[in-house]
Amino acid sequence: MTLLKEHDLGTPARPGPSTIELEIDGLAVTVPEGTSVMHAAGLVGIDVPKLCATDTLAAFGSCRLCLVEIDGRSGTPASCTTPVQAGMKVSTQTSRLEKLRRGVMELYISDHPLDCLTCAANGDCELQDMAGAVGLREVRYGYAGDNHLDLDKDESNPYFTFDGSKCIVCSRCVRACEETQGTFALTIAGRGFGSKVAPGAGNFLGSECVSCGACVQVCPTATLEEKTVISLGVPSRSVITTCAYCGVGCSFKAELRGDEVVRMVPYKNGGANEGHSCVKGRFAWGYATHKERVLTPMVRDTVADPWRVVSWEEAIGFTADRLRSIQARHGVGAIGGITSSRCTNEEVFVVQKMVRAAFGNNNVDTCARVCHSPTGFGLKQTFGTSAGTQDFKSVDSCEVIVVIGANPTEAHPVFASRMKRRIRDGAKLIVIDPRRTDLVRSPHLEANYHLQLKPGTNVAIVNALAHVVVTEDLVDHEFVAERCEPDDFATWAAFISAPEYSPEATAEITGVPASELRAAARLYASGGNAAIYYGLGVTEHSQGSTMVMGLANLAMATGNIGRQGVGVNPLRGQNNVQGSCDMGSFPHEFPGYRHVSDDTVRHLFEELWGRPLDSEPGLRIPNMFDGAIEGTFKALYVQGEDIAQSDPNTHHVQAALASLELCIVQDLFLNETAKFAHVFLPGTSFLEKDGTFTNAERRINRVRPVMAPRNGKQEWQVVCDLATAMGYPMHYGGSSEIMDEIARMTPSFAGVSFAKLDEVGSVQWPCNEAAPLGTPIMHIGKFVRGKGRFVETPFVPTEERTNRRYPLILTTGRILSQYNVGAQTRRTENLGWHPEDLLEIHPCDAEERGVAEGGWVALASRSGETELRAHITDRVPQGVVYTTFHHPETGVNVVTTEHSDWATNCPEYKVTAVQVRARLHARTSPGLPDIASDRVDSDVPALR
Amino acid sequence: MVRADLKRMANQIAANFRHHPQAQAAAEVADHIRLFWPPLMRRELLDDLDGGGFDPLVVAAADLLREAASS
Repeated sequence: MTLLKEHDLGTPARPGPSTIELEIDGLAVTVPEGTSVMHAAGLVGIDVPKLCATDTLAAFGSCRLCLVEIDGRSGTPASCTTPVQAGMKVSTQTSRLEKLRRGVMELYISDHPLDCLTCAANGDCELQDMAGAVGLREVRYGYAGDNHLDLDKDESNPYFTFDGSKCIVCSRCVRACEETQGTFALTIAGRGFGSKVAPGAGNFLGSECVSCGACVQVCPTATLEEKTVISLGVPSRSVITTCAYCGVGCSFKAELRGDEVVRMVPYKNGGANEGHSCVKGRFAWGYATHKERVLTPMVRDTVADPWRVVSWEEAIGFTADRLRSIQARHGVGAIGGITSSRCTNEEVFVVQKMVRAAFGNNNVDTCARVCHSPTGFGLKQTFGTSAGTQDFKSVDSCEVIVVIGANPTEAHPVFASRMKRRIRDGAKLIVIDPRRTDLVRSPHLEANYHLQLKPGTNVAIVNALAHVVVTEDLVDHEFVAERCEPDDFATWAAFISAPEYSPEATAEITGVPASELRAAARLYASGGNAAIYYGLGVTEHSQGSTMVMGLANLAMATGNIGRQGVGVNPLRGQNNVQGSCDMGSFPHEFPGYRHVSDDTVRHLFEELWGRPLDSEPGLRIPNMFDGAIEGTFKALYVQGEDIAQSDPNTHHVQAALASLELCIVQDLFLNETAKFAHVFLPGTSFLEKDGTFTNAERRINRVRPVMAPRNGKQEWQVVCDLATAMGYPMHYGGSSEIMDEIARMTPSFAGVSFAKLDEVGSVQWPCNEAAPLGTPIMHIGKFVRGKGRFVETPFVPTEERTNRRYPLILTTGRILSQYNVGAQTRRTENLGWHPEDLLEIHPCDAEERGVAEGGWVALASRSGETELRAHITDRVPQGVVYTTFHHPETGVNVVTTEHSDWATNCPEYKVTAVQVRARLHARTSPGLPDIASDRVDSDVPALR
Repeated sequence: MVRADLKRMANQIAANFRHHPQAQAAAEVADHIRLFWPPLMRRELLDDLDGGGFDPLVVAAADLLREAASS
């Protein structure tokens, strides 16, 4: 595809039922009421010259270039700020307008560097385009007058520059920071001729700027420019693809010169992001070509040996022989695999197929085990399917938003921007979180209620909320009677009405005052469209599944399900958590969440795959670890997942990995897990993958390769080669054929194909005969399971308790600039924002322990101990400490425990009893001990 | 499977169904274990019951699992 330039209609679309008919340059136009003249003109192919206007921002009316004439009206109004009216006759090109526009352009250009030929934006500059569009041929004022040409460049941001000499003060960047991103980091300082864009009082890097890139994207000149464009030149072709970071699943235009990526630009037609991005997706893609990337297969007999670079054939043969040998000696069930939520649906599908058909067991699990497995369990029990109910756009119709156990500002930033916009526009906000996250209070935004509960008391909170709904008769009886199982509701209502679940009774457990909780419950139940958004603060608990069911109960009881603006919405951590679960990655389920004991379903797969399949659930990840230590589980294939860093109780995980006879890692880098591996199969970055990701709103997006696989093979090909070498031939002509098989075998994907995705952009499952273009909102009219099922949710406190030895509770989370174990983001300039994990500790707890700001502390639990530096803040309440898990040097999962969700074994990352001690010296031991080699044999060719 | 983990996990499942009448709760615990635990863990559970420390609901559920296995 050549370079894709989306048509900019100048002002946002104004959808509405009533339409207006008018005439522009003699052409009849019919548009929704409220549409601007500029937008209406654009729809019929008339692009009125503009500089301050762009259709991602509200009309501003400052550049005076988009003037038009309207019959019967005096003057020349700005077309961007003039709404259409019935019968209006507009002229966009007259000699009067041409003269006016040239005059405006003359003024702009008189104070602009005349360096177009050497400017980085040459050929991609709206100012340049407009000079051409208005026919500018001379600047009568000359260039010797007062000007801004000597303003300094701000090059502080690692990804873009700000060159004030090229700024025309159109305010697009300031408005994008406010309207699109919601950060309010930029302003126009000064007045008149002295006006200039200012990032607070200092430079961009030192400001509140979060480097989302929205300002760079809207800048009509070279003022805000990507450094890659400055160094590489303007791109010449585009490939539409999908970001591989969080579960928002933003669509991007990868803009390239040849096969070199120049920049990633968020795609305006992307269903999930609609043209917005965050610092990771927009800028942090350099890891794909990082020098530490391993591009050749490697093997070794023991982990003490150096790696030996081998051919693909030798690596596959080595692996297949050992897997079969282990099965011959220890049984069919002695081997298994883990799929990755970072990989495509097609890559995940073939791994679970390989395990079930070639390995001959159901020992397949996924990294979603340690994040959202309770979502799958809880929503299936109550609604009938394991997925969120809404599309992201639904938040625009919310009147009450509940954010619980989620920090979208950091972890799902593009959706957070959308949510914040809705809150600024009037939606009420309830935040339920032990920490004071940015959503509680940030520029132009403040939560109506912040229920600052103690970690581990989620279920007590949701029960108290439901208690208020039922006992104060805030139930939507009509919805419940029509849509839900009546007996289940009656049982649940009686259960939840018990005095022990009242806010007054639970206040001591949760730490949340009863009056606040009652007020929040009343707002949720009676404030109009109310939606719940939750994250890992809900799932990563010993009662994660119970909590998910509690949220579903609450939504059903109040009728907040099955339409725009409501619902229960899990914010998925990684890009393809939803997809990896959909694809049958759990040991008890085939693709489409159908239990392996279902004879009808199993026979369908047996018929297609030509092998008898196991009807019993296989091992979950923790079971695999335990089996490895006990000696019953001998070989593990790990796809794109660094379990040695990300899974809880690192010492236990390392002991398990060290016990394996064969550990196979398929990844981009020699990660912590690879230290225990015998086979390293190089993987592909998202820039090389060909397939699909499914985001948190069930949206299936195409991931298109922008370059050939740097390792020589697509990951699904490697898996097929391995299965084939083990005696189970797996062959596909391309990844689209894998999707065809998925569609054939998975009812909710029945209508999905690459051809359809190429045609319509994306679809949200279920996509089938009944919904050929997908299903943005689920459970309209009826639940997937028929009637909604209320489930009783007793509060069973976690067994992880504080005591005198470990008096604090540690909870872990994420930060904006880094992603999960940091394997990708630590290999980008993002490292500058978060070079190390820090321990947030309350001032009182810090003072009691003699901990100083920035000082080193030991963080100890009964599982282990690590060291990191402290950040003293009242963002965390007294008694709670918080950190991230992005850096292996910290290895915070050395500290987390084996406690897990009762139903799914999702680890309880959010509650660990710890002690913090001040240390006088810097870190003395690495968080993750090096007990294995990552050395490469010096006799073999160097890694590319 | 490490015995302590097995017991902890089984007892944890029981605790989350204890609010139901004994017979119903035992059946729910048994169902959950049958649907989500691999056969090896189920066998180990049945073998380990004599060691004590299991929630009575787990013991009752184990009887149901044993009955189902022999039928």
